[in-house]
Amino acid sequence: MAPVIANTDPDVLLRIEGVSKVFDGVVKAVDNVSLSVSKGEIFALVGSSGCGKSTLLRMLAGFETPTSGRIYLSGQDITDLTPYQRPVNMMFQSYALFPHLSVWDNVAFGLRRDGLRKAELAERVDAMLSLVQLSKYGKRKPHQLSGGQQQRVALARSLAKRPTLLLLDEPLGALDKKLRETTQFELVNIIEQVGVTCVLVTHDQEEAMTMASHIAVMDEGYFLQVGTPDEVYEMPNSRLVASFIGNVNIFEGKVDEDEPDHITVRCPECTHYVGHGISGVPGMNVGVALRPEKIQLSAQQPNKAHNWCEGEVVEIAYFGAHTTYHIKLNTGMNLKVQQANLTRKTADDLTWGDRVFAHWSRDAMVVLTE
Amino acid sequence: MMFKSILPRIHGLFTVRNLVIAVPMVWLFALAAAPLLLVLDISLAHMNITSVSSIWHWADDELTLKFNFGNYLYLGDDSLYFKTYLSSLTFAAVTTLYCLVLGYPFAYFIARAPAHLRSVLLMLVMLPFWTSFLLRIYAWKALLSDNGVVNQGLAELGLVSSPLHMMHTSFSLTIGMVYAYLPFMVLPLYATLVKLDGRMLEAAADLGASPFKTFWLVTVPLTKRGIIAGSLLVFIPAFGEYVIPELLGGPRTLMIARVLWDEFFSNNDWPMASAVTIVMILLILVPMALFNRYNDETKLGDKS
Repeated sequence: MAPVIANTDPDVLLRIEGVSKVFDGVVKAVDNVSLSVSKGEIFALVGSSGCGKSTLLRMLAGFETPTSGRIYLSGQDITDLTPYQRPVNMMFQSYALFPHLSVWDNVAFGLRRDGLRKAELAERVDAMLSLVQLSKYGKRKPHQLSGGQQQRVALARSLAKRPTLLLLDEPLGALDKKLRETTQFELVNIIEQVGVTCVLVTHDQEEAMTMASHIAVMDEGYFLQVGTPDEVYEMPNSRLVASFIGNVNIFEGKVDEDEPDHITVRCPECTHYVGHGISGVPGMNVGVALRPEKIQLSAQQPNKAHNWCEGEVVEIAYFGAHTTYHIKLNTGMNLKVQQANLTRKTADDLTWGDRVFAHWSRDAMVVLTE
Repeated sequence: MMFKSILPRIHGLFTVRNLVIAVPMVWLFALAAAPLLLVLDISLAHMNITSVSSIWHWADDELTLKFNFGNYLYLGDDSLYFKTYLSSLTFAAVTTLYCLVLGYPFAYFIARAPAHLRSVLLMLVMLPFWTSFLLRIYAWKALLSDNGVVNQGLAELGLVSSPLHMMHTSFSLTIGMVYAYLPFMVLPLYATLVKLDGRMLEAAADLGASPFKTFWLVTVPLTKRGIIAGSLLVFIPAFGEYVIPELLGGPRTLMIARVLWDEFFSNNDWPMASAVTIVMILLILVPMALFNRYNDETKLGDKS
């Protein structure tokens, strides 16, 4: 698969060119990756553990040296610079705050290395602490803070030196779910306020989608797809991306007819009528990806030839705001359907064992060849 | 009534938990506290030709305690004691310093070695313990004496015309002490270094600290406990060391343990020897108490 270049913006800050990392001579952690990140954007690397995203981030920080390829920052080749020579700072997974130093001294650590004058140093540290709303906590030691506060200290510490590039390694990974949602917005607000360019690594695709302006989905060392969150979600380019980013139903079938305005795909479950710019050779094996929230359920058989199928409700997961149904189709395929709960729950809602018809529009699905 | 209320209390003393604690408590009292009190008792007594006087007097239904502070006052009068204490402290401090300077890179290297090599390397550190301590100190005699291995080697290479005099100097003493106590420094240092979070070092580098600065500002403070524990493990026994100064030290090397030996066996003055011991213990208790306080503070700090 050819490397995918994110964008060709003239305002490129970070450029990665054909970077590979081989461990112990055999394990290819990162495989010929190329990427451009524009100034001021938040770029997310997503993928399951072991996909190479952390190795790539560590190469940006300078903790690992690429086996081949170059890394440019503001046009300057930084590939061979040591971590302490790079204008890059990192917010570590679980923060790596210095336990023997106070919050204030943690934030001041990087600035002290620059030999700033005392007054200016104090001013910058105080400004950083007030940015993350921890002005009152300067004298505390990290272990005396809550998880969320520690996370903000880590952020303040990594921003204090005004880095050209900020790296975030699983920035919300150590927080619980509720805190994660509020912190996510806070984090993005602060990053945007400072205006720093950001590369973020996460295994959580929702986190990547809400925080980042561009996402790279990684697997086994290379990029599967690079794009904006909605591009990656609505137009995944492979089965892997479709199933990694969000939930998806994938029908396997063959292209039946290929007309200028549509194609039809014949699957064992039903025939798909896809109404957007896709072309393929009749007889070609393809997958049809359909997101659960794009499917409607009804008790009556839909009055159309395509894009519906019939099945039995076998599983209901009630989430409050929405409900996910598992519909067992005649072929044995398990169709996931997500319905927004627009009205309050009533007794005549769908229940286990009900026969239902699932249908969707001609623009709901994506045809996948990979 | 009284009886009834006391009985459960006595009964409460013999819980399993108390009995378990009692074993080490009795042990500590019988083998540490009691002898120490005995030494203190003797140090306040007189020496009568062959026996030690008692500080306890029972006459006319009255118990009188007679403390003789003469021994302690004499310690202050004779400058020899002061010099010896000072010299012992200096030797112990120098030994500790050398052990730290040698032991730190040693421990650092072991802690950073691949996991499967670490136990082998640690084994090598402890290997000398498998031979007799006395034998190992004697071996240094064979190495450092005027016609010893080192001088023979140097002469062979034509580097020296007459043998270097190394035995029975403070040089040979220091070498022997550092050699003997190095493992006591390496082991606690290793224990803290191996637990050091590598991400701390990366964070320091990321924030612009050079490797040297990282070492000084992060590694050393985070391994402070190992440094203190190792230093105490070396300093305390080195201060009271007798065998090494006796075998490797010069005739005029002043070490407190040798004075102690002389008081006991040459002068046969037990009260004086006991007074020397008590002061020695007090001198050791000071750094020990400081360490304990530091330890308590950091223990509170570690509660995260």
